[in-house]
Amino acid sequence: MASGTLTIVRSEAPADRELILRGLKRCSLSQFSLWVAPWAVLLVFGLYAAFLCLARGLNQTNMDNRFAFGLWIFLDLTVIALGAGAFFTGFLLYILRIRQLRAVVQSAVVIGLVCYSGAMCALAVDVGQPLRFWYTFWYPNVHSMLTEVTFCITCYLCVLMIEYIPQLLKNRKLRQSSGAMVFEFELHKVMVVFAGVGTFLSFFHQGSLGGLFGVLRGRPFAFRDGFAIWPSTFFLFVLSAAAVGPSFIALTTGLVEKIARKRLVTANVYDKLGAISGRLLVFYILLKSIDTLVWVNQTSPSHGFPAHRFYQWSPFGTWMLLAEIVPFGLVPALILLRPDLRAKRAWLMSAAALACLGVALNRFVLTIQTLAVPTLAFDQFLSYWPSWQEFATFGAVIAFGVLVYSFSFRYLSLFPQEREIESLEQDRQIESLESARGLRSPRSY
Amino acid sequence: MIAHNSKSKNARYGMLVDIDRCTGCGACMIACAVENNVPPAAPTANERTGITPMRVVRYEHAGRTAFVPMMCQQCEEETPCVAVCPQNAVELDPATGIVGQIPQRCLGCRYCMAACPYHARYFNWADPAWPAGMEKALNPAVAPRMRGVVEKCNFCHGRWHEAKELAVANNETGPVAYTPACVEACPSRAITFGDLNDASSQVNELARQQGVFRLLDSIGTEPKVYYHSRRDWVQAAAGDSKEAQRG
Repeated sequence: MASGTLTIVRSEAPADRELILRGLKRCSLSQFSLWVAPWAVLLVFGLYAAFLCLARGLNQTNMDNRFAFGLWIFLDLTVIALGAGAFFTGFLLYILRIRQLRAVVQSAVVIGLVCYSGAMCALAVDVGQPLRFWYTFWYPNVHSMLTEVTFCITCYLCVLMIEYIPQLLKNRKLRQSSGAMVFEFELHKVMVVFAGVGTFLSFFHQGSLGGLFGVLRGRPFAFRDGFAIWPSTFFLFVLSAAAVGPSFIALTTGLVEKIARKRLVTANVYDKLGAISGRLLVFYILLKSIDTLVWVNQTSPSHGFPAHRFYQWSPFGTWMLLAEIVPFGLVPALILLRPDLRAKRAWLMSAAALACLGVALNRFVLTIQTLAVPTLAFDQFLSYWPSWQEFATFGAVIAFGVLVYSFSFRYLSLFPQEREIESLEQDRQIESLESARGLRSPRSY
Repeated sequence: MIAHNSKSKNARYGMLVDIDRCTGCGACMIACAVENNVPPAAPTANERTGITPMRVVRYEHAGRTAFVPMMCQQCEEETPCVAVCPQNAVELDPATGIVGQIPQRCLGCRYCMAACPYHARYFNWADPAWPAGMEKALNPAVAPRMRGVVEKCNFCHGRWHEAKELAVANNETGPVAYTPACVEACPSRAITFGDLNDASSQVNELARQQGVFRLLDSIGTEPKVYYHSRRDWVQAAAGDSKEAQRG
């Protein structure tokens, strides 16, 4: 028995084992380097593209005076919506006390951190004068939704960084310092406060991102009535982000399990994430449908624009609206609501992917379609295709996210159940080895 | 709506563009660019990335053509660009009614461009550059804008400043009269400019005649640029796009 166990450990102990937490099995350093290398290349290439935009100006992009927002804003909104899994999981765990989610909260924090920091980096390239970022804090226009977004995202990014610190301090090397351990312990005690602050900030900026477009009186396609100072898109963005956040956490956890070729969380965690996502998605689709009906019958006509005219510009027909509501909204919601379907990994993952694509489509419609649709008779319907610099810069954001997550997964403990599952599976391996040698009969788990 | 108060201390500068008079010669565009130190278009610039605070749009409909000079419409109510700018780089001056842009404070986020229904705002996609020697011909009253900021028509605010300084020197108070470059350059006198608050001004009088309309009036931003045409199909185009294209 001992020799069998030793064989497993010895053969798979990587060269950087001193940095890996005890009890966690990781691939060899060379395998990890092979995984990291292409992402590092993409990061460097993207940084070069970003440098071109910063050094030569935004004429390196294919944006123009009409398409003032392009790929970057669309993807930023999508990434921030998907990153909502961080705040919402924190909210569910620390505020609503849904304890199963402890299994994924640390992974969710890293995903949130990479999503938000990546989006901020893309925004720094996207604005014409990035060195003036502090002007928003110095000369804030309190009536602007973008001010609210800037304040909340900046604060929330700080919260995410603080939430990431305890995880970082769990690293095997860092744990050798007693000061780090004390600091980590103390941070854990106040983490509920940060979860609460993060939730508040996140609710607001997710909403403000929706409000960015909902307040545009001059863009009747996006303009919405609402409650008090907030247009309906404010609330829809909060709800859609909360709905797809858990789906994205389930999707990424499943993806990490596939890549790492090991189980990281138990099935009930997936089930919980799917159930929460499904319920919120149904609620979101219901409100979205009501909002669309109000806009079609009231808001848009009252501004002189019968809504059906917005959908006469190919390829942005009514099919996009229907696609957003049915295959990318209602269908995943119904799948996620059924426990028998949720229990099957393929169904769960497909539904989660559809829900995430749905939120991406929603952000696409609000950013790109809003700008493409003409408002004046003298306008034309215009199209836009991003330049390679735009694609590459965003590629760098993706690569940055994958790299941060990969290193975090390797050297930190993102899934607390991993060790437990691993030791159970190792026991099972040993028992089957022993049973094969006829020493004892296998036990079922 | 046009004349609030004939004795107001504040001006509400506005414009009336007679589309029936416009020949599409583009003199106003040239005059605007020269007056406001708009650099020559970069080699990579195109129609969609150039800077044309004054832009004459050719509008064709059922074999007929109209030329529509388009500039910032100086919206007065819920001014879309003012409300959205996160750092107060866009302001509606209560003394003149002019929507001003402060390039030195602009972050270049372009949210105001997304908000403007008239597409009257322009981003400096590249560094401004003038051919050697041409910089000597720049207008000293107007600061050139740097790369990465938004700009727009401000009813030749440099000229307003000069007129105001002259008035102060002469101990005159109240709104001043001045003429923007496009108005001055138009050979067919298609553009009339003045104080809409002044009931005796020509622009006020013209804005009351038959056939006067504003672009996208229905969205409620109260623009201070009026258009005039006796042609029904041109008037229909003011409302929204599809209606006019159907005729």
